[in-house]
Amino acid sequence: MKVLLSWLQEFAPFPSDDPVALGDVMSDLGMAVESIERIGEGLDGIVTAKVLELRKHPDADKIQLVDVDLGDGEALQICCGATNLTVGDIVPLATLGTTMPDGMEIARRKMRGEWSNGMLCSGRELALGEDHSGIYILDPSLSLGTPIVEALGITPDVLFDLEINPNRPDAMSVAGVARDLAARLGLPFAIPTPVVDEVAGDAASIASVNIIDPDLCGLFHVRVIEGINVEPSPRWIADRLTALGMRPINNVVDASNYVMLELGQPNHTYDLAKVANGALRVRWARDGETITTLDGIERTLTAGRDGVIADAADSPIGIAGVMGGASTEISETTSTVLLECAWWQPMAIARSSKFMGLRSEASARFERGVDPEIVDLAARRLAELLAPSGARLVSGAVTVDGDLPVTPAIRVRTQRVNQLLGTAISTDDIVSLLTPIGFSCAPSDEADVLAVSVPTFRPDTTTETDVIEEIARHFGYSRIVGRAPTSAHTGSLTPLQRDRRIIRQILVGLGVHEAMPLPFLAPGDLARCGLPAEAVTVTNPLAAEESILRTSLRPGLLRAIAYNESHRIDSAALFEIGKAFGVPSEGNTLPDEREHLAVALAGSDATAVAKIWTVLAQTLGLHEVVIDQSTPPAGLHPGRSGVLMSGGVTIGEIGEIDPGVLDALGLRERVAWLQLDLGAALAVPHGEHRYHHISRYPSSDLDLAFEVGDSVTAATIANAIREAAGPLLVNLSLFDVFRGQPVPDGRRSLAYRLRLQSLDRTLTEQDLSGVQNAVVSALAAVGAPLRG
Amino acid sequence: MIDDISRIGADAPARIAAATSVEELRAVEADLLGKKGELTSLKKGMGALDPEGRKVAGAALNEARESIETALATRRTELEAVERAATVASERLDLTELVDLPERGSLHLVTQTWDRLVDVFIGMGFTVAEGPEVETDWYNFEALNIPAAHPARGMWDTLYVDLGDPETVLLRTHTSPVQIRVMTDGEPPIYAVMPGRVYRRDTADASHMPVFHQIEGLVVDRNISFADLAGTLEAFTSAYFGGSIHSRLRPSYFPFTEPSAEYDINCVFCEGNGCRTCGQTGWLELGGCGMVHPTVLTNVGLDPEEWSGFAFGFGLDRLALMRHGVDDIREMYTGDVRFLEQFPS
Repeated sequence: MKVLLSWLQEFAPFPSDDPVALGDVMSDLGMAVESIERIGEGLDGIVTAKVLELRKHPDADKIQLVDVDLGDGEALQICCGATNLTVGDIVPLATLGTTMPDGMEIARRKMRGEWSNGMLCSGRELALGEDHSGIYILDPSLSLGTPIVEALGITPDVLFDLEINPNRPDAMSVAGVARDLAARLGLPFAIPTPVVDEVAGDAASIASVNIIDPDLCGLFHVRVIEGINVEPSPRWIADRLTALGMRPINNVVDASNYVMLELGQPNHTYDLAKVANGALRVRWARDGETITTLDGIERTLTAGRDGVIADAADSPIGIAGVMGGASTEISETTSTVLLECAWWQPMAIARSSKFMGLRSEASARFERGVDPEIVDLAARRLAELLAPSGARLVSGAVTVDGDLPVTPAIRVRTQRVNQLLGTAISTDDIVSLLTPIGFSCAPSDEADVLAVSVPTFRPDTTTETDVIEEIARHFGYSRIVGRAPTSAHTGSLTPLQRDRRIIRQILVGLGVHEAMPLPFLAPGDLARCGLPAEAVTVTNPLAAEESILRTSLRPGLLRAIAYNESHRIDSAALFEIGKAFGVPSEGNTLPDEREHLAVALAGSDATAVAKIWTVLAQTLGLHEVVIDQSTPPAGLHPGRSGVLMSGGVTIGEIGEIDPGVLDALGLRERVAWLQLDLGAALAVPHGEHRYHHISRYPSSDLDLAFEVGDSVTAATIANAIREAAGPLLVNLSLFDVFRGQPVPDGRRSLAYRLRLQSLDRTLTEQDLSGVQNAVVSALAAVGAPLRG
Repeated sequence: MIDDISRIGADAPARIAAATSVEELRAVEADLLGKKGELTSLKKGMGALDPEGRKVAGAALNEARESIETALATRRTELEAVERAATVASERLDLTELVDLPERGSLHLVTQTWDRLVDVFIGMGFTVAEGPEVETDWYNFEALNIPAAHPARGMWDTLYVDLGDPETVLLRTHTSPVQIRVMTDGEPPIYAVMPGRVYRRDTADASHMPVFHQIEGLVVDRNISFADLAGTLEAFTSAYFGGSIHSRLRPSYFPFTEPSAEYDINCVFCEGNGCRTCGQTGWLELGGCGMVHPTVLTNVGLDPEEWSGFAFGFGLDRLALMRHGVDDIREMYTGDVRFLEQFPS
């Protein structure tokens, strides 16, 4: 909503000296000022000049040399890029030393060797509109050297652009903004009474209204204005409409728009001659009914959604509250106007305009709720505006009521006000805050409880809390003193949130970067990554690439790897913690949403990620998780991958991306891969790190190498060693793996160092050989002989 | 014999001094004091002396041995220092000559900002709650006092998923559904913040993504007032942005709060003096807040006469961008290592 300071001043004596301060008050009232424009400012130094001669620039095709006269008869040369000039035109010239509205300073300068002694201006350069197609040509009767402000009759003014919240229907008008502002500033507010000379007659004998559906229309008020001469509006009306963003059309349409902007009452003018018998019927539309609206588009209506104004033959001639019809439009031949000021059911208009995709200034106001008590004032104001063109308001009106909402008085408890706001506002203060904005406060039976009647222009206010918000707004949010929070409550992370931080820190320390790919996928992404295609789909995606919810973090991270590869970043190491969305499990509406951790290491093999996993598992105390390579997960390298199992349940996958998937995605490097269902993995008891006594006795190491078939995992061997070695084994590490002669094909040598130690004594030779014998014979039994 | 002892004792310093390495010194030591050394062989010859002579020779021998040992120790210390100095000199390393640096990773900017925010709120006594990203219409809209036909639905461009009846299951448009879950599943007093990922039907550009992050706060307790809201946000503002940055509240409208407010902070770039980032206003709009709407409390089974509360929320991505001067939000989501590695912590 835009408002002009001069327009506001018609309702209350607002000061002109500090528009910024005035804007701050509007913002503090919840009408946020998005911009302040000073009209007519920055035009000093721009004067009228006459084009004497146009010449080609000797060295530039796109510049003309223009000689102009400022009234002293001297020819002044200007370089000009515009081509719309003819000799004799009167044009605005920014003289040397002028600072333009955009801050540019005009100085004498050479353009390709020719002097330019000023600048001829376009409409946009004068801040008079958006037109920049050529120089702004002025009235030829203007005398030369006249300041442009005077030549154009520009009155200095201030234009505020306000952001109006949906709960402020009253602020959708100049008068409403003025009322709110005047109340805060303690200035008297009044809407001037229109001065209208009515002509004798009886509107009721000219027009009739039949509200068929009272749930659609709360009030329908009709007046008749005769003696219409359709002509351009007076300059001041056209200028105000332009300033507020509406295009002047003719005096009738402009007066209609002016009243809507000023008082917030959208209204419609019909050419009475085109409305059979002046009869209007108000009803819900029927399915399939059509109407051509003022914008020339034929629209099909829907029952239960759209409302119509129909003529005597029951044919729609307007869409209720949204847009009028073309068949009864005002034209040059219109002599009598039938004026409609109505109150429409806000939800009906909201629905209708939304589904029709037709938002108008009128519908924006009707859907918030207009003031049903302003129809008469609005009609008279419109007649007043049209009077100078000879139009006369015919006496009498047709007013038909439908269902209007009634808001009973609201109980407002002073104690509740202060409890909710943290203030100490007295009942008297509440009355003096609410009264200037139109709320009337009456005492009730109880002390410090008011019966507050809500003005008809505030249909949003229906509860005590709504009123409390108004009290807070006019008291001033900035005057509510903040109360520092008390620390009676303890904050903390949940165990899962703590684990997440640990995981992230470990991965960062291990050289992995955290990425956050979007959770959306394109059709085919899952299949390309070797994953099942079943997934939850988005109903209304903006693009096909965003039409599927990921079931795995794999496609997103691999896409990020590919992005890096394509920018010559090899061996990217990325991780992500994020949600994956499975189709809902039986009986659930919401997806099977799980938080996963994934690690993708480009240029690394599966053992790199297995090492990372080992560090993670040890740090988190996930001791029970094992890697099972017997059934490699889909889309992973069959020989280099496995599932992570915890207590018989699969909680993740680890290994390398299948070379076929790498090919399908155009990835050059191999990619090591880990994905873990965090919720499942961390659901089991973990993170318990019990203290083990550190022996004070010396330890001894046994280095043993075994020849092991390739089908037997190192984990199997390690477990067998642990079991056979017994409690003296305090540490076991694999320190060498060797394949090749003399180890036979299909087998490898695994060399382990066993550190043995007792808590209560120094170990003897017999202890060591006892452990060695036990381990060697146990391993021989599983086909892993000691190497000699 | 005494003469021999004297001669050895007199020669010893020169011989010890002549040793130029610990190795050589060890040979000298062996010659003098070793099992087959000169003093040792003299000692063996003492048996042939008379008791008086043995006594005199023994004293002389001990004296000579002691002075030799002292001289040896002194010389050894000297020679060891020289040799260590030589070793140390030969071991010089250029600490800028680094090959194969260990890789260092990085936390995502969103995570860094998330953690910082959460830490401030934990310090203020808040717990941290989370919830599903795919939600029902009830949690995302209905319970928050935004019924189906409410014009305010237009404030959110919602992405729906093909589950349940049409337009009943959606990608949450804000983290507010977590507030409903916290209030439904728990009981007051509630002091919680809810960080999370949210979705809008929006085309990506320099300042918008269809997927981004928010953090909301919720307090429900007895006698919670707008003054508590203002005080909490002010305390958070100076804790997070620094003591010179303050907050202000301006009237606004949200269906789920009343009174509602916009939450602004002093511009962190110009500290309120006015600059390009804040459009010369000296203020940055951070988010929205207000007193929890009585209808919302009723919807989760709380009596608005007994309990009151406030809620606030703001975008997290913008804070991340602001802190590091990133001018395009899309950069954060490509996974480009050249971007990620710029923000190690």
